Amino acid sequence: MPTFVYMTRCDGCGQCVDICPSDIMHIDKSLRRAYNIEPNMCWECYSCVKACPHHAIDVRGYADFAPLGHSVRVHRDEEKGVIAWHIKFRNGKKDLQLLAPITTKPWGSAIPKVADAAAPSKEMVNSELLFNEPKYVRMDNGGLNTLQSNGLSLKEGVYY
Amino acid sequence: MGYKTIVEDNIDILVAGAGLGGTGAAFEARYWGKNKKIVIAEKANIDRSGAVAQGLYAINCYMGTRFGENKPEDHVRYARIDLMGMVREDLAFDMARHVDSAVHQFEEWGLPIMRNEKTGAYLREGRWQIMIHGESYKPIVAEAAKKSADKVYNRVCVTHLLMDESKENRVAGAVGFNVRTGNYHVFKAKTVICGAGGASNIFKPRSVGEGAGRVWYAPWSSGSAYGLMIGAGAKMTQMENRIVLARFKDGYGPVGAYFLHLKTYTQNAYGEEYESKWFPDLQKLVGVEYLDPEASHRTHRPIPTCLRNHAIINEVNAGRGPIYMVTMEAFQDPHLEEIGWHNFLGMTVGQAVLWAATDVNPKYENPELTTSEPYVMGSHATGCGAWVSGPEDLSPKEYFWGYNRMTTVEGLFGCGDAAGGTPHAFSSGSFTEGRLAAKAACKYIDDGKAEGIRVSEEQIQRRKEEVYKPLETYTVYKNDVVAGSVNPNFINPRQGLDRLQKLMDEYCGGFGVNYMTNDKLLNIGLKKMAILGEDLENVAASDIHELLRAWELKHRFLTSESVFHHTLFRKETRWPGYYYRGDAMKLDDKNWHVLTVSRRNPKTGEYTMEKAPLYHLVGDLEDKDLAKLKAEGHH
Repeated sequence: MPTFVYMTRCDGCGQCVDICPSDIMHIDKSLRRAYNIEPNMCWECYSCVKACPHHAIDVRGYADFAPLGHSVRVHRDEEKGVIAWHIKFRNGKKDLQLLAPITTKPWGSAIPKVADAAAPSKEMVNSELLFNEPKYVRMDNGGLNTLQSNGLSLKEGVYY
Repeated sequence: MGYKTIVEDNIDILVAGAGLGGTGAAFEARYWGKNKKIVIAEKANIDRSGAVAQGLYAINCYMGTRFGENKPEDHVRYARIDLMGMVREDLAFDMARHVDSAVHQFEEWGLPIMRNEKTGAYLREGRWQIMIHGESYKPIVAEAAKKSADKVYNRVCVTHLLMDESKENRVAGAVGFNVRTGNYHVFKAKTVICGAGGASNIFKPRSVGEGAGRVWYAPWSSGSAYGLMIGAGAKMTQMENRIVLARFKDGYGPVGAYFLHLKTYTQNAYGEEYESKWFPDLQKLVGVEYLDPEASHRTHRPIPTCLRNHAIINEVNAGRGPIYMVTMEAFQDPHLEEIGWHNFLGMTVGQAVLWAATDVNPKYENPELTTSEPYVMGSHATGCGAWVSGPEDLSPKEYFWGYNRMTTVEGLFGCGDAAGGTPHAFSSGSFTEGRLAAKAACKYIDDGKAEGIRVSEEQIQRRKEEVYKPLETYTVYKNDVVAGSVNPNFINPRQGLDRLQKLMDEYCGGFGVNYMTNDKLLNIGLKKMAILGEDLENVAASDIHELLRAWELKHRFLTSESVFHHTLFRKETRWPGYYYRGDAMKLDDKNWHVLTVSRRNPKTGEYTMEKAPLYHLVGDLEDKDLAKLKAEGHH
């Protein structure tokens, strides 16, 4: 829901401005702090909330259908590879804390540099295979599915 | 204007828009083009851009060939039935035979995929869906793309494709502007892979005011995939095939995991099952070939998404709304309750916020469902997009012109929402399509197809003036009035968007008219669209941010115009529950068992429409259960 920024917590670092997919987190020129310039283009995706190093950004449900008095807070930790959520209901009757992994590897360590892979053979270039295939399709040495291998053909018209 | 022109020259592959499709393209291109110059232009930040910015809790397209679960043709048959027959089956088969290799790599890169402890296979949500902890899906995948690309231009909004001036109908790159600095960017490229997004916010949304951003597809999905390609004269297909989603009311939280994994179900306001009673009449409209509840009950064959919407729409119109999702049974199990909440936090946090705000505890209260406003995209249960070539070893002659995923503009490729006729690709399939396009683009260059491209300074300057015109318009006319947003000389982007949404809703079958339209309404709509098009020449932007909104609006407009033409052309109701042609309420296989293909002449703006043949996979692909039903004499 639309984000807002707590005056006393924001130091104007601009992490939210940098990450917002909708380009709606901007720095107020006189206050030198961030704010949501266009709440009706906010998807409540929480990208800025997660990115803020000071937990200065929060969300207040859309005024046209969400009553006041709720809270959904988050702390995302790349080093520990987890994200922690805290949901509080308006009536105070439900208070949920949930934890989920965001990666299984030390952050960013397992992403390959494709440029370092051996160059493809000419045969591979002329085949229908993609990088790491066929191995990665079935994780064995089985080949790629084709019409022929699967006993299929394409026929024009209405057919069921 | 004090904006600099920044030229990036000698690009081999320009990726325009880097969501899941574009990141797949950049990643793969490096393998087939070791020495090629690969550049990404993205209007946001690649770490959190596109439809997966927020994360996902499931990968909805995974065959599981590794675990002996499905074959590509099984998925083709599923997508075909769900889309009422209208699928490019060569593209669908091609995507399905490669998609698992993308998913296996994601897992290796650190994406947490849940496992079934008993079998060791990935934990299935449904036949095609696997469950993930995907909060960081996009940043992980973006990292792979960044490692492959020579350069990533974040915050550059691509507005137009550049065209070659030495050879007709050949792409030559793209132009756009930086939404921070305002600088004009020129990308001279041998090939362009369009990975831009589909369109939210072109039909009037159910939410009003502040909530207008709570759309099902991301608000930054501005139809740029279509705006860019239509503007360049690429042929489009199935643009009438907009999608309407049955989702949790207001928050539009996903229902897939609820239906498939939590085994929740729907009922009307009075606690009754309502779906089946609408099916006999619906069957008369679409035929037993498309709606066969008995076969669907006994086999894996789905009831098409649109037809299930139809039942909801009609039940509500009959006065027995709202439709509820029955969660009170499943949520008694604390494990399932936790999954229900995680599902939202992983991909639609706003739904969790809404339930917290309204004190809806699904353990004690069944939440409401609704049908959304329509969306135009090509990777969910809908297949809008460019008319692209298939792969050489699969495609019949009408579907093949040399390079996989190449549009009818030479050197211009499409993936994800940009490629038409390929529904049910979702995140993993879009990434896969990007990979396929990248390999083909490298081959196109290596075959010498991109030699001698010429872009004149005149073209670059002409586009530059066009790009900044909304700022100019504002500067020229703002002082005609004392203050405020009302000006007789221009409209601002929000005013233009409101007008577009109202027009689409009322004339092209939005929620406000119960998804109904006809030839008369469509023709009136087109007339009004033409005038809106003229007014968009006078859209004004007070700053660079508004300039972004102005260009998003122009892309949404081109998308919408195409949707109008396609909807008018297909004179039948192919997808009841997505939209209805009141003047042709029946599905008409005799005349319309075809794909619709359009082209907008970039010089005149005129549309030409044609029918393209539909090919279906035949052979040893009968569902065994379905075959058994047939053998028992079931129709």
